[in-house]
Amino acid sequence: MLLLKILFKNALRHKLRTGLTILSIAIAMLAFGLLRTVIDAWHAGVEASSASRLVTRNSISIIFPLPLSYKDKIRQVEGVSTVSYGNWFGGIYIDEKNFFANFAVEPKTYLDLYPEYVLRPAEQNDFLRDRKSFIAGRKLAAKYGWKIGDVITLKGTIFPGNWEFVLRGIYRGRYNSTDESQFLFHWDYLNEMMKKTAPGRADQVGFYMIGTKNPDISTQVALSIDRAFQNSLAETLTETEKAFQMGFVSMSDAIITAIQLVSFVVIVIILAVVANTMAMTGRERTAEYSTFKALGFGTGHIAGLIFGESLTITMAGCTAGMIATFPAAAAFAKAMGTFFPVFNVDADTLYLDIAFSLIVGLLAAVVPTYRSLKTGIADGLRTVE
Amino acid sequence: MENTPAIVEIRDLSKAYYRGSQVVPVLHDISFDIIEGEFLALMGPSGSGKSTLLNLIAGIDEPDSGTIKVGGVDITALPETELARWRAVHVGFIFQFYNLIPVLTAFENVELPLILTPLTRKERKEHVEMALRVVSLTDRMDHYPGQLSGGQQQRVAIARAIVTDPTILVADEPTGDLDRVSAEEIMDLIDRLNHESGKTIIMVTHDPRAARKAHVIRHLDKGYLNDASPQDTL
Repeated sequence: MLLLKILFKNALRHKLRTGLTILSIAIAMLAFGLLRTVIDAWHAGVEASSASRLVTRNSISIIFPLPLSYKDKIRQVEGVSTVSYGNWFGGIYIDEKNFFANFAVEPKTYLDLYPEYVLRPAEQNDFLRDRKSFIAGRKLAAKYGWKIGDVITLKGTIFPGNWEFVLRGIYRGRYNSTDESQFLFHWDYLNEMMKKTAPGRADQVGFYMIGTKNPDISTQVALSIDRAFQNSLAETLTETEKAFQMGFVSMSDAIITAIQLVSFVVIVIILAVVANTMAMTGRERTAEYSTFKALGFGTGHIAGLIFGESLTITMAGCTAGMIATFPAAAAFAKAMGTFFPVFNVDADTLYLDIAFSLIVGLLAAVVPTYRSLKTGIADGLRTVE
Repeated sequence: MENTPAIVEIRDLSKAYYRGSQVVPVLHDISFDIIEGEFLALMGPSGSGKSTLLNLIAGIDEPDSGTIKVGGVDITALPETELARWRAVHVGFIFQFYNLIPVLTAFENVELPLILTPLTRKERKEHVEMALRVVSLTDRMDHYPGQLSGGQQQRVAIARAIVTDPTILVADEPTGDLDRVSAEEIMDLIDRLNHESGKTIIMVTHDPRAARKAHVIRHLDKGYLNDASPQDTL
């Protein structure tokens, strides 16, 4: 107990220096936590994807459509349980800065494929019945203050014109990783309008979303689908939803790598800060540690005091940093709007915070401990602080 | 004291310091005994090797050659871990600058060496209170070193040195940082420990007044030991 008391009191002996070191660690852990959360947010779509969902698109590029008629042929492929389809609509709400994902989808099958979008039964029925309706994720509705029955206008970019929709349902995510910022409306509504205004673009879909009977056969099903459309006018590329999402993420690979690098540089910098603090304290306490040794305290005791002090400081900073990460992440997510649909501080990020703090605390104590143990007792006792 | 056995036996002790390639001899073939219950003062000019000799006897430095036996144990042959354990049991230290732990109270500073013993908390408390009673500081046991005068700090250091009831007490310039009145009080206390408790005391000092309390004074000069001086040579 007495040694623990010495350890804690030693950590607080130079209050300003310790306070600044703890503050530095807290800021570093906050920065690390935020950067990791940004990376996680980037991968949120991948994480939220299901192993039993496949995405079929035009093999040339996602921007080229596929005929609606493929739907029936895909349904006949062995292992396919559900086929849905849709288009990226790319509509703008009032101003371009109000970005959110908006899709025209076949609503019944799409909701069957996404059980993680939880709707009240009455709202789901209203949505399925009303061809001009849409549903929005809870975050999106909250952001713009939309209520059931509100009429929302999107300005089409890919599909020109002003498009009016009635909000019939607000879904919530079943999991933390579920995107609650989507805007989903009836593909039929889009198609009917296309038939009137641009008949050449009618009966074309941007992608098929396919449910398989068993995740284990997803790869085989994907191959079968693509084989079915080989040598057709629009050949297909079918991949798992995860691979499809990864395709988007990999476009930002350089940015993600840079963020990862910066997050680790932050840890290295903080290691230097804590190591400097511990080196100073170790040097100042040379005579004290020599006194301990003279009194009969062994290597373990001295190492325990130095490592304990270092870990006390780093873990205090780590705790403060972790606590600060939550409000900071919330503020960051708010500032970013729907750019990151899912922006949650993951438990793994907190475990990494703790792990890196422990590593920093341990590494920072190595040199002062080595020096203190290497210094002869008689030499150490002569040292004047 | 003539029939009293030697508690410390020093034989052919030599020590040099190394500064790069330069060898600086400090002690040359020192041999002498310290009788149990003796109060020995080591004197000599600066650099004569007296503090080095004291450190070697206390087991906090290693000789280049020779042996030191304390209570029959050759401490020069002990590995570091065992030597640390030996110090905890057999040596009480009194330093010139007290070397108290500033974040601990007087009570806790005195308790510190007892952590290494198997005593219970209650027993430790009794030992600490007794040691503080010996140095007349029971009323200051909750004070931190920074709240005590130099003399009081040295008394706490003495309490810490005697609390484990060690075989020998080593004191390196115990009055070197004190004013005359405090120095006299400390020397009276050390003298009392020798007379009343029969503690073997080995003290390094420059101060002839302090050395007068000792039974035997040994002079070191350039690492060589002169003959033991009777008190009247001072």
